[in-house]
Order: sequence, then structure tokens, then C-alpha cells
Amino acid sequence: MALAQLYQAQFRTSLATMIQYRASLVIWLLGQVLEPVIYLIVWSNVSVAGGGSVGGYTTGDFAAYFIVLMVVNHLTYTWIMWEYEYRVRAGTLSAALLRPVHPIHADVADNLSSKVVSTPGILLTALVLSLVFQPTLHLVPWTAVAFIPAVALAFVLRFLVEWSLAQAAFWTTRVTSLNQLFFVAMLFLSGQMAPLTLFPPAIQTVAALLPFRWMISFPVELLLGNLTPQQTITGFAAQAVWIVLSLVLLRIVWRAGVRVYSAVSG
Amino acid sequence: MTDPAIHTQGLTKVYTVSEREAGMRAAVQSLVHRRTEEVRAVDGISFELAPGEVVGFLGPNGAGKTTTLKMLSGLLHPSAGSLTVLGHVPWKREKDFLRRITLVMGQRNQLVWDIPAADSFELNRAIYRLPAGDYKQTLRELTELLDLGPLLKKPVRNLSLGERMKCEIAASLLHRPQVVFLDEPTIGLDVTMQRRIRAFFAEYNQRFGATVLLTSHYMNDVEALCRRVIVIHEGRLLFDGDLASLVQRFTSHKTVVVQLETCPDNLSAYGEVVSCEDGLATLRVPKGETPRVTARLLADLPVIDLTVEDPPIEEVIERVFAQKASSPETKGDG
Repeated sequence: MALAQLYQAQFRTSLATMIQYRASLVIWLLGQVLEPVIYLIVWSNVSVAGGGSVGGYTTGDFAAYFIVLMVVNHLTYTWIMWEYEYRVRAGTLSAALLRPVHPIHADVADNLSSKVVSTPGILLTALVLSLVFQPTLHLVPWTAVAFIPAVALAFVLRFLVEWSLAQAAFWTTRVTSLNQLFFVAMLFLSGQMAPLTLFPPAIQTVAALLPFRWMISFPVELLLGNLTPQQTITGFAAQAVWIVLSLVLLRIVWRAGVRVYSAVSG
Repeated sequence: MTDPAIHTQGLTKVYTVSEREAGMRAAVQSLVHRRTEEVRAVDGISFELAPGEVVGFLGPNGAGKTTTLKMLSGLLHPSAGSLTVLGHVPWKREKDFLRRITLVMGQRNQLVWDIPAADSFELNRAIYRLPAGDYKQTLRELTELLDLGPLLKKPVRNLSLGERMKCEIAASLLHRPQVVFLDEPTIGLDVTMQRRIRAFFAEYNQRFGATVLLTSHYMNDVEALCRRVIVIHEGRLLFDGDLASLVQRFTSHKTVVVQLETCPDNLSAYGEVVSCEDGLATLRVPKGETPRVTARLLADLPVIDLTVEDPPIEEVIERVFAQKASSPETKGDG
């Protein structure tokens, strides 16, 4: 109950802050839109050059893929890995450590509230892009319904993994290089750059074993109707397993990180 | 005898600092072999604070004051020694402990920059799970004591430094902490605002019986609030006792001010003449000789008025800091 009140208050605060930064929010959204649009244009051209389809993807399929990807990426995105280094350096973490609540709650509320503000913008963009690029999308009721928990779990997983990795800031002040490594792996293995089925089988296996596919690609594949019910259930199971694992990781890393912090800087 | 609010015994904090000389060669060397050095920021200090006590914690920059406050509030893990605050071991950061303390730092921002302070206060209410009635009453009292009324609705970034500090202090005290750590709470503020904040903490201590440990560079803060002071230097405890006995112990001279008709020529026979103008003479006299000197002055000269004063507290503190930290610990009677 008290936690619900905390979220309510944190949510209000984050929202009020967010609204103060409308202009930067728009610029940030633009960046989020541009990346998938560039891939969309590249792949559409490749597809046209290949006689209308590449690896089973038609030009319309690519359009659908990247537009849905843009929405999913937006809904699961967090900026925590970039922010944490600043927190440790600037000492704002100390203030958080003096409060009788785990600082992750503030971050969850922050991220969720930002989505409330920016999601209408992304959906509008998706609509405009659909008019321009004519995606081929046949919605099936059961996948549309299953898409919602798949995105929610993808957000939880991505948030927990990135929050855990952000704790690296406790050990090294050069977190940026670790962030880069993570985002490069993410770019290839989460389906951000191209649908995973276009990669060689070996890479597809790696992608299925690592958490990246379950953070972004899985809900996209699901909504586009590329997955059988059996594959969907496997996908949810993979998300669940990775969420449990990342929760364990988060607990370990957080405790160890605070121990290091309280040994050297405070 | 009640349990102490704060208890430390041989409290020590050692930092390991890696060091390296400038230049490319040293940079490459440091990749393979890092030279480290141990810095004893706090070196075996022991003290106790009774509940409700207000104590000044003094020392020059780098003496270990902030490190000590961070250990007491649970942000730093001590390297050795023991400490308890309200019966808790701070570094465990138990929720029950965190709800009963606060650390106010002069440069710390806990208010959200872009929204009015009132909204940040609401957030703190949820964080500390304050019942609505208690929260409203505390907020009303803090608003009155700090004169916050017109400030609460403005975005924090639009407040002046002093106004923001008042809001920061209020935010830190909404949960009515029983132990308050103040690290330079008046830094950068003008004299009026300093006086105001000082008066506030005196009132807060009286009203809520909170234990307060205060560091400040402004001796006025300390004089106004603290009967007892703890002085540390280079991580070691130099003095723990009454402010008055600190002055006693560390002053070798007194200031004698005599009002005469005119300035006599032989004034230096009585002591070191600091100044003499229009018959108002200021003399610096060794402490032990003060009674004899004043008696002689009164006997020899047509004295209109005579006062004996201790030197300003700043001077005393300077003298304390100038001592070697390794000199034997001086216990006052506090």
C-alpha cells in the first residue's frame, strides 16, 4: 500500500519534471524515430533491388517490421545506463542512499512516466510512417492480445538488465565503453538493425540464448504474426527466465556496488 | 543514565588512493603496477552524544569532519572501530534507522530542481510514509519557523540560494529525525540568512529534542548553537568539551581594554599595545599576568573604564588548528 503511494507521488513528480522539458523530449523522440526509419529505407531499397523481397521479407514486410520495432523500442527503452555514471560522480546517489526506499523505485516510476508523455507522439509518428511506407500488417486477435504482456515483460527485462549493468559505475568511471559494447550487441542481437531471421543460423541461435531478442524482437515478431503459439509460449518462458536471472544479478550487483561506494566515496 | 544517541569508539576510516606521476611513461606503468597509498582520513576518534545535545564539530578543511558525518549517517563503512547511532549500526542502512536521521549538506540538492518545493515535500511524505496528520502539522511548523509560505509554490530553480537552502532544510526535517547531521548548513549564505537558520536549528532542537551534530566554518554558528564542541585535526580528536573551556585552554593571552583620558607613553610597560586612540587602549596580556596587570593599571593610571576579554573565538580555533595533531589529546570538562 505504502509502495503504491510512493509510486503515485514519484509518478506525479516525474511527470511534472518531464513536462518542463517538452522541447528536449521532442528532440529525443526524433532520434528514436530516425534510427528505425533509416534502417527501413535501407532495407526497402535492398528489397526492391532484390526483386521485391529479401529472405522472405517484402518491402511492405520491412515497413511493418521497422514501424512496430520503433514502437516496441520506445516502450522498452531506458536511459539509466547513461545516467548512472553521472549519479555516482556527482554524488546524487548519496541522497538516494539516505532515503528509506530502494532507489530503483524512483527509476521505474521515472521511466514509466516518460512513456506516458511520449507514447502518443510515437504512435502518431507510427501512423504517419504507415501512410508513407505502406506496411503489410495483418493483425490476428490472439497475437495482438499476447503482444501487450510481451511488451510489458520486454520492458521489465530490459530495465532490470540495464539497471544492473549501470551499477558498473560503482567500479569504474569509464562506464561509457561498457555501454557501447552493450548497445552494439543489442543492435545486432535484438533485431534493431535487421530482422533476426535474416542472420545466419549460428547468430540466430546466439540471439535466442542471450536476453537481447526477448527485450525487443520477440514482441515485434509476435505482432507481425511470425510466431506459432508454441514459439510464443517459448518466448514468454524465455522472458520469465531472463527476468528471474536479471533480478538475481541486480541484487548481487547492487549490494556489491553499494559496498564499494561506501568504502571509497560515500 | 540514558543511552547515548551517538556512540563512537576508535572510529577510523582509511582510504586507499592510487597515485601516479604525470606523463606517458607513468601512465603505461600504472596499467601494470599500481602504486597505492593509504590515507587515514579519520584516525581512531571516540565520543558520545546524549539525546538532545547540540554539538559543534570543528576542524580545518580535510580534518575528517565530512568523512565522520558520512560514517555516522551510513554512507561510509568505517575501516575500524565501532559506532552506533540511536542503537543502529549506520552502514547497514536499515530503513528504521534512515527514517530517524537526516544529513543536511550545504551543497546537496535533494529537492527536484524543476518543480515547486511543495511537490518535493509530497514525495518525501510518501518516501518516509508519514501519516497525513503528522505531515501537515510538521509542514505547518516548518513553514512558520523558516518563513517558507511564499516559496513553496515556486519552482526550486527560481529560488535564491538562501531560499533554496531553507526549503532543503525543511525537506530534510519533514520526517522529524531524532538525529540531525548538519554539514556546513549556512555555507554561501548572507549574514541575515545565516542568523535565521541558526535560530531555526536552536528552536528545532528545543521543540523536538533532536540531537544535532554540526560542522561549520562560521564560528558564529557554533557559538550560537553549541555549548560543547569536538575538534578534530588530521583525523584525530584534539578536544572534546565546553566551548568555554576550549577558549580557556587554548588562549595564552587576554585582551585588556582601558579607557583613559589620554594615551600615556609608558603603556607598553603593562603589556603589548595593540592600539591606543583618544585614550582607548587595547593591550594583549599573558593570561597568567592579567590580574596583576589590571591591578597595576587601576593603581597607576586614572582609569575611566576597564574590561578584560577573551580573544575572538576564530583566533582561538586558529590556535588550536595550528597545534600539531599528534599533541596529547586534551579533555575538557564537558
